Amino acid sequence: MNAPINIAGLLKKTKAVFRFNGGVHPPENKAQSTQRPIGQLALPEKLVLPLRQHIGNIPKIKVAIGDHVLKGQLIAEAEGTVSAAIHAPTSGTITAIADAVIPHPSGLSDRCITITPDGKDSWIERQPQDWRKDELAPLVKSLRLSGIVGLGGATFPTQIKLRSANTAIHTLVINAAECEPYITCDDMLMRERSEEIVLGIKVAKRLLDAENVIIGIEDNKPEAIKAMRMATENTDIQVKVVPTLYPSGDARRLVYLVLGQEVPHNKRSTEVGIQVFNVATVSALYRYFEFGEPALSRVVSMTGNVNQPQNFEVLFGTPLRHLIKAAGGAKRDTSHFIMGGPMMGFNLPSDDVPITKAANCIIAASPTLFEPPPPAMPCIRCARCADACPVSLQPQELYWFAKSDNFEKAQAYNLFDCIECGACSYVCPSDIPLVQYYRYAKSEMIALDKAKEAADIARERNEFRLARIEREKQERAAKHAARAQGAKTADSSEKTTAPNDKQAAIAAAIERAKAQKAAENTEPKNTTHLSNTTKAEIAAIDARRASVGLTETKMTTNEEKQAKITAAIASAKAQKTDANQAANETPIKNDTLAVDTEKQAKIEAAIARAKAAKAEATKPQDKGVQTKPSADAEKQAKIEAAIARAKAAKASALETKEQQAKED
Amino acid sequence: MLIALYIMLGLALVLGAVLGYAALKFKVEGDPLIARIDAILPQTQCGQCGYPGCKPYATAIANGEADINQCPPGGDEGVHALADLLGVEYKPLNEEHGETKPKMVAFIEEDICIGCTLCIQACPVDAIVGAAKHMHTIVASECTGCELCIAPCPVDCITMNPIVETPENWKWKYPTIPIKPAIHL
Ligand code: SF4
Ligand code: SF4
Ligand code: SF4
Ligand code: SF4
Repeated sequence: MNAPINIAGLLKKTKAVFRFNGGVHPPENKAQSTQRPIGQLALPEKLVLPLRQHIGNIPKIKVAIGDHVLKGQLIAEAEGTVSAAIHAPTSGTITAIADAVIPHPSGLSDRCITITPDGKDSWIERQPQDWRKDELAPLVKSLRLSGIVGLGGATFPTQIKLRSANTAIHTLVINAAECEPYITCDDMLMRERSEEIVLGIKVAKRLLDAENVIIGIEDNKPEAIKAMRMATENTDIQVKVVPTLYPSGDARRLVYLVLGQEVPHNKRSTEVGIQVFNVATVSALYRYFEFGEPALSRVVSMTGNVNQPQNFEVLFGTPLRHLIKAAGGAKRDTSHFIMGGPMMGFNLPSDDVPITKAANCIIAASPTLFEPPPPAMPCIRCARCADACPVSLQPQELYWFAKSDNFEKAQAYNLFDCIECGACSYVCPSDIPLVQYYRYAKSEMIALDKAKEAADIARERNEFRLARIEREKQERAAKHAARAQGAKTADSSEKTTAPNDKQAAIAAAIERAKAQKAAENTEPKNTTHLSNTTKAEIAAIDARRASVGLTETKMTTNEEKQAKITAAIASAKAQKTDANQAANETPIKNDTLAVDTEKQAKIEAAIARAKAAKAEATKPQDKGVQTKPSADAEKQAKIEAAIARAKAAKASALETKEQQAKED
Repeated sequence: MLIALYIMLGLALVLGAVLGYAALKFKVEGDPLIARIDAILPQTQCGQCGYPGCKPYATAIANGEADINQCPPGGDEGVHALADLLGVEYKPLNEEHGETKPKMVAFIEEDICIGCTLCIQACPVDAIVGAAKHMHTIVASECTGCELCIAPCPVDCITMNPIVETPENWKWKYPTIPIKPAIHL
């Protein structure tokens, strides 16, 4: 714009429209579906509601299979900030919560809630709100329960658009351009429900506290323009007729068309005080506040290769097949179905998918209506695509970068500003599917970004882990040092092994137990009648345990050598007790009691083994056990493996017993 | 003449002080080259490169001890990026270190897990939760797919599963262009 400011201001006052750069004019094909009024559908046999119907987080399911739900009942609740609720579109029973094919370009399945209608269509108790007088904050907050999303096709949760009040909105633009060929749902809505739309605009205007409201309608909808002009009479709402040029329905293009204001490419329109709502969205807002009706249905154009193209009021979740039947069925040469318009829509994987909040139009396609694209030819650098691009990008450059996976360059050329309108592909004389390349590049870049994020998190977690291991190592070293100190001072007494606080407590407990035992004059049952072989085995085990640092038994240092010495002493003691039966209990008792409480479970296992061995009438089996105390004690894992081997060497009766225990 | 000398001397002192202060104030912690190499590495922490993690490998590259083509999870792109960063010739991935596989995520068969905690000790990113003698499980979102937990499991209850395609992580495919039939004359 090189016109002086005052002239621009003058132009604004004269309600002129501002033409944007580029754009194309494909055949409109809108007349077919505007011959009949908006039709009502019979209740389908089942309603399949995908959880993924909007941009943002998947909502949380609030019902279970078998539940009976009423029309308008919340069945999935908005989760997190950007999310939208889902309601039961009619009364009935939840018959499935499972994966089913959803209308998505991937053709993949996703979680859906299936309702089988009971035919009564009975409402839950509705709670209308006085949107004219009630306080703003609670009104906006309650929208979280409405399930309303942008019905122009973007499906952005509406409550977020009304909530972001950090910059004051001065102008509300109502998007009624409906620029894509074939789509007529907004056109029909304006023709038939202009009053409701105007009330909806008033709701949005109040909630946003906007001063000006401008409705932008393309000039190929004279009846809708007339209806809206009549409905807005005596209000301060302006109706602006914009020339028919694809993609004038893009929010930024429309803002420029009606206001002459370019929204900077790195900013949202709200940051410059402008908010854009679709006509169908505002009418849903009105119904929500005035009647307490959440988002349950929308107007869908069923057009293209069907016998009676028409717009229908369709409950969300209605199977597409049901809608096709209502439109007189698809003609025989129908090859597939497109959701959205022919420029930006995508092919549906089957006619079994449900209608969702995003479905503004379904086109039955046939080879005659949509000729298969001729094979792409090399780019001849004619720059027609650049002339057509409404965002003033360089599509031919973006094509090269996307094609060669040069994502960095593509980003530098603002690939993410591309609105995927398809104007460039439309004009390309070489029939290059340019948008497909852009979509590919964009999703690759998004995936790379996510991978980078994940790598950053992994790095952080790894660093944290290493730091933790280091810290634990130091703590352990400090503990050992303290213990060594304590053991030196208390060397004379065999039983005082606890120099620090924790160990003091343990020692006290041991003393108590001993005192009790002395009073009752009993021995621990599990060690009373053991054979000498078994005792030697237990002693060896305890010694090994001590060598790995599992217990604090008389360990002066945690060094290997020391452990080996301890083990040797233990086995020597055991041998001695073989000869001397009178004094056989002491070492075992002490070791068993002085054990760290944390490892109690392990001890119990050892005792169990000992018992089992006793029951077996003591076969000499310490062959494997004797060698173990001298084994490398560095790694606990190795020791455990060794224990396992020793176990294997034991009698089969013992083994089966253990296995049974494990399987339990 | 003397004034000019004083001015120069004064300037030298002032600038020297400023530089000295800046050197202290804006001191770069660690080796920036290591950090930049580490930023390229995929952080799988699998050790296939022969080093106990990505950072040690990055350090080894920075010190000229390791080649740039030893990280299979980073793949060909990783080698290219390293070659670009270091200004050295690209070379194909060294097959001795393994081959690039699609990213996987570990899964613990929870009925079989005996709660031995060995996998927890092996996981480089603490993606496994559990306690001794209790069932363990993997936090899939944090798992890097390094496979280090597979070997230690005494009952072989950990498997690596490919990441399932969902509408959430689905990507648009590279356009396939129909080949035009050759013209016969
Ligand atoms: S219109 Fe097609 S052929 Fe022309 S410059 Fe663009 S991409 Fe190339
Ligand atoms: S698809 Fe993107 S590059 Fe092509 S005309 Fe539209 S905005 Fe421009
Ligand atoms: S091989 Fe594994 S540990 Fe080594 S750099 Fe690559 S991802 Fe990191
Ligand atoms: S869970 Fe297993 S595969 Fe996943 S990061 Fe941890 S050790 Fe690696």
